[in-house]
Amino acid sequence: MSTDITLSTRLRALAGYRATWPLLALAAIFIVDGFISPGFYDIRIVEGRLFGSVIDIFYRAMPTAIVALGMAVVIGTKGIDLSVGSVVAICGAVIAWRIHEGDSHFVILFLALGTGLLCGLWNGFLVAVLNIQPIIATLILMVSGRGIGLLVNQFYGGTDPSFESALLQGLSVGHIWLIPTRLIVGVGVFIALWFLIRRTALGLFIEAVGGNTSAANLAGVNARLIIFSAYLIAGLCAGIAGVILTADTHTSDPVSVALYIELDAILAVVIGGGSLAGGRIYLGMTVIGALIIQALTTSILISGLPPEYNLVVKAVVVLFVLLLQSQNARNAVWGLFSWRKS
Amino acid sequence: MEDTSIPRIEMSGITKLFPGVKALQNVDLCIYPGEVHALLGENGAGKSTLIKIMTGALPTDEGKIRLDGQAIVLNSTVDAQKLGISTVYQEVNLIPAMSVAKNMTLQRQPTRFGLINWAAARNLARKRLKQLSLDIDLERPVGSYSIAIQQLVAIARALEDNTKVLVLDEPTASLDAGETNALFEVIRDLKSRGIAIVFITHFLDQVYEISDRITVLRNGQLVGTSMAKDLPRLDLIKQMIGRELEQAEGQLTKRSTDNLGEPVIVAKGLGCKRVIEPFDLNIRAGEVVGLAGLLGSGRTETAKLIFGALPSDSGTLTMNGEVVTNNSPRQSLGRDIAFCPEDRKEEGLVGELSIRENIILSLQAKNGWLKQLSYDEQERLADEMIKALAIATPDMDKPVNQLSGGNQQKVVLARALVSDPKLLILDEPTRGIDVGAHAEIVMLIRRLCSQGMALLVASSELDEIVAVSDRVAVLRDHKQIGEIAGDEVTREKIIGMIASG
Amino acid sequence: MNEKYWPLMATIAVFIALFLTGGFLFKNFLSTLVLGHILADNAFIIIAAIGATFVILSGGIDLSVGSMIGFVGVVMANLDLAGWHPLASIAILLIFGILFGALQGFIIDFCDIQPFIMTLAGLFLLRGSSFMVSLDSVPIRHPFVAEVARVHVPLPGGGFLAASAIVMLISLLAAILLAHYTRFGSNVYAIGGDRKSAELMGVPIRKTTVMIYAVGGFYGALAGVIYALYTSSGYPLAGTGSELSAIAAVVLGGTLLTGGVGMVAGTLFGGMILGLISTLIIFDGSLNSAWIIISSGLLLFIFIVMHRFLVGSFNLRGRA
Repeated sequence: MSTDITLSTRLRALAGYRATWPLLALAAIFIVDGFISPGFYDIRIVEGRLFGSVIDIFYRAMPTAIVALGMAVVIGTKGIDLSVGSVVAICGAVIAWRIHEGDSHFVILFLALGTGLLCGLWNGFLVAVLNIQPIIATLILMVSGRGIGLLVNQFYGGTDPSFESALLQGLSVGHIWLIPTRLIVGVGVFIALWFLIRRTALGLFIEAVGGNTSAANLAGVNARLIIFSAYLIAGLCAGIAGVILTADTHTSDPVSVALYIELDAILAVVIGGGSLAGGRIYLGMTVIGALIIQALTTSILISGLPPEYNLVVKAVVVLFVLLLQSQNARNAVWGLFSWRKS
Repeated sequence: MEDTSIPRIEMSGITKLFPGVKALQNVDLCIYPGEVHALLGENGAGKSTLIKIMTGALPTDEGKIRLDGQAIVLNSTVDAQKLGISTVYQEVNLIPAMSVAKNMTLQRQPTRFGLINWAAARNLARKRLKQLSLDIDLERPVGSYSIAIQQLVAIARALEDNTKVLVLDEPTASLDAGETNALFEVIRDLKSRGIAIVFITHFLDQVYEISDRITVLRNGQLVGTSMAKDLPRLDLIKQMIGRELEQAEGQLTKRSTDNLGEPVIVAKGLGCKRVIEPFDLNIRAGEVVGLAGLLGSGRTETAKLIFGALPSDSGTLTMNGEVVTNNSPRQSLGRDIAFCPEDRKEEGLVGELSIRENIILSLQAKNGWLKQLSYDEQERLADEMIKALAIATPDMDKPVNQLSGGNQQKVVLARALVSDPKLLILDEPTRGIDVGAHAEIVMLIRRLCSQGMALLVASSELDEIVAVSDRVAVLRDHKQIGEIAGDEVTREKIIGMIASG
Repeated sequence: MNEKYWPLMATIAVFIALFLTGGFLFKNFLSTLVLGHILADNAFIIIAAIGATFVILSGGIDLSVGSMIGFVGVVMANLDLAGWHPLASIAILLIFGILFGALQGFIIDFCDIQPFIMTLAGLFLLRGSSFMVSLDSVPIRHPFVAEVARVHVPLPGGGFLAASAIVMLISLLAAILLAHYTRFGSNVYAIGGDRKSAELMGVPIRKTTVMIYAVGGFYGALAGVIYALYTSSGYPLAGTGSELSAIAAVVLGGTLLTGGVGMVAGTLFGGMILGLISTLIIFDGSLNSAWIIISSGLLLFIFIVMHRFLVGSFNLRGRA
């Protein structure tokens, strides 16, 4: 009897721990996948590159994960960046345009990243200088960004916006040794951000600003600058994702590229335990969140369910994770559980 | 005439248990019609739990409540309101963007066929406001009025035709003397109408001014109920904190201000239009300068102007001999000035961050974002401060919002002290904290000063200003009206200065 | 004039200015015919935006309306195939909209989940469900649809109000009554203005939250019905991005995204402004669709900045 109590208290404590549920969710998806697809854990080497379902999940999750990392930083300041999908579209259009103009691809890479930074600068200006609420401020670029992308495509006469670039495609779909390049890019972004956030005081400042802006200001933190930097980071991350996604399809398609990526990125942050109320940044858990989202999509594909089930399953799982994170819902479930037992 | 021998409301044997704590233990409280009853006690004594039980916000574990002799059971605040028990909470609780009329009638609008009859609703609001002799535009957003008017609107809202018991939780916390008097007029009027009033405050002057009887709680237990006129002030304080108030607070000797160091800051004609008129002020190392005045006199504004939290538009500010331009909190911090704001929750702490992170925040901001303090260093500094200020916490990595008010205030102080300031600006350092912590903080101010720090202390409590300050700048109506030093620093002198037109 | 009418006045001024600009640039633009067409074409967005107004006034957001439009359309079309009378399927779908919204509201309040995230899950759920019902556009052939399309209420000056515009105007009137003449409406403003105070003042938070999202769901479903009747088909991708247009219409209509300030009537003009912009650009003919997107975004930007400073001049926090 007493062991039963300690077990349930321990379970309760574990249930309250932030990382428990997302990791359990990811593990559960992987285990289920192992059952429905016998070859799920197989990793082969094809054309000098690692292949396999698990690798594929990491591979496809990278753009969302990179965008989500930037989003996590912005959400840490109590902000949100709805414009990341549009930023990807604009970056893609800029890449295609400059390639048609014959610029050096190396320069174009930096132009694309610079475009991301510029978009971040715009959002940062609206939020930090004009003091417009983030959700509203970034809505502006979200609404108009894809239009801007279409406009950039017109710069070279509206002809075929597809292109070839060994450098950019190498970054997106290539591999170094056995490892897909974009995984290396993703890990690089993660490590760079981790150092920026956790090995400088920027993380503390962002969390202070997100937790209580006026208190942070009075404590000597330049909140405006901190918020600005967060949007720059998000813009840059969206730019990197823009390079990967555009090079992947060899074309600039502002209308449909990275559709709903902002929502996936926000979901990744939230599934990873971040709160939209700001004040905390969890980089590692954000990547886990992005992996959960992609693992779900992949599971549906390999399970043979029609792809149209994807969104529904995603919604249900998201709801499930959210309900698990809610104290009220947990109590209700526990209550039901103990009521059944007695 | 009503029978005044039956209590309006009688609570007997009230016991309330929270997990691990006995919040209330066998407490009795009884209030007669037309009585103003002060409910006193330190933070955590059980005042708010008792009030929540009285107003139906919490169920009681044991005990009975009788209203006009009838036993009642309260399941919700709506129940209590229907029976005539209303509350006005500590912070004004109205919707700032909504009109006065809409605020007054929210959830009780007269309806016709399911639709609100706004004409009738406005009449109702007007009638209620008239009871308090308040004549304001019903259509303006309530947030466009002063806090005092908002407080009166909140009271008017709480008063229904059948109101028998009115609970006022710290209603005067953000009112100045004139506004408080106006509120007391209203309370006396309500009293004459036979309403039983529960008055919670931490201003002892006001307790004696308005209340008939006083009930003191301590650690969830009833200490006693007495007639106000039979309970001397010293006995009341004794009841509240259970020990003689150490006279130390009032007995600090004023030191001569002659042999002090160089001025840390010199303000000449510093001002900001519509906020504070230009003033001169200098503060030298090793002295405490007080800022005295009523609410709205410009105390906070003066402090913020010097710290750079408000922009100045006239005059000059010299810090350590350098003229400061484009002052900001960040710059002031770099010049070894630290500031503890008045409003802990809104401007002081980052609630979600840990005690450790809150303590080192200013020092880290001073060092810049590239030079991160190592974890060991952070731990050492936080530990030092937790010991030095006796912050009661088992764990420095606990979110700071889990601490009690007094300990939170100490964390704000600790943050300022860790940045090793030459000038420390304290705005209301003892607001909202209990008597014990109050004395500790007053002692701390004197100790810091004797170690050579310069301090600027703004406070609404005159006794506190008198106790800690070597020099006092007196303010009235956004203007500095004079400065006194040494033996001149007395309660009477300051009151005289503020009162003299 | 009371400050609270300023944003609405600004909205109406922009609408009139745009309309006059159109009249200046193009012959025959200043007519009830053009006006009637804009009303009819944008009726579904405005209806969705009316529901979104309640949600935004309460300080929340509803991202699920666009998917609701698509879902309602495909289900209606498939019920039509199964031989249902459109009125029967409309009734069922409106009830579904209310229940779906109510469920979202309940989860938001009970589980303390940000509305943004909850309705995002709702967006995925409904869009995915639409795909599961049908992957292609399905026509609605019932004669009732053609009858509805024939409804024309003539306006002075040669224009007319189509059925969709009439439904929109009626639902706008209902929404105005709901917002300004019921306790529920006042509670919405109270929760958006200051949730904690509203709770202490006795506003039933859970009941009101559930009702707010139920209203949002109802108007979302109604928008879907109008869109399906207007296009006489159900298409699973219908209404993609409509949630953004709806939010934009609400903002252009003078409602603060922070909640607590705004008027339902403004949303009509906000939606009309969006409609006017695309009409103007289509009239011009030389500009492509990129410009519709960019100019809506630009106007949104101007309005948001304008609100920011207009509202900054209010003293809503009355600090002494």
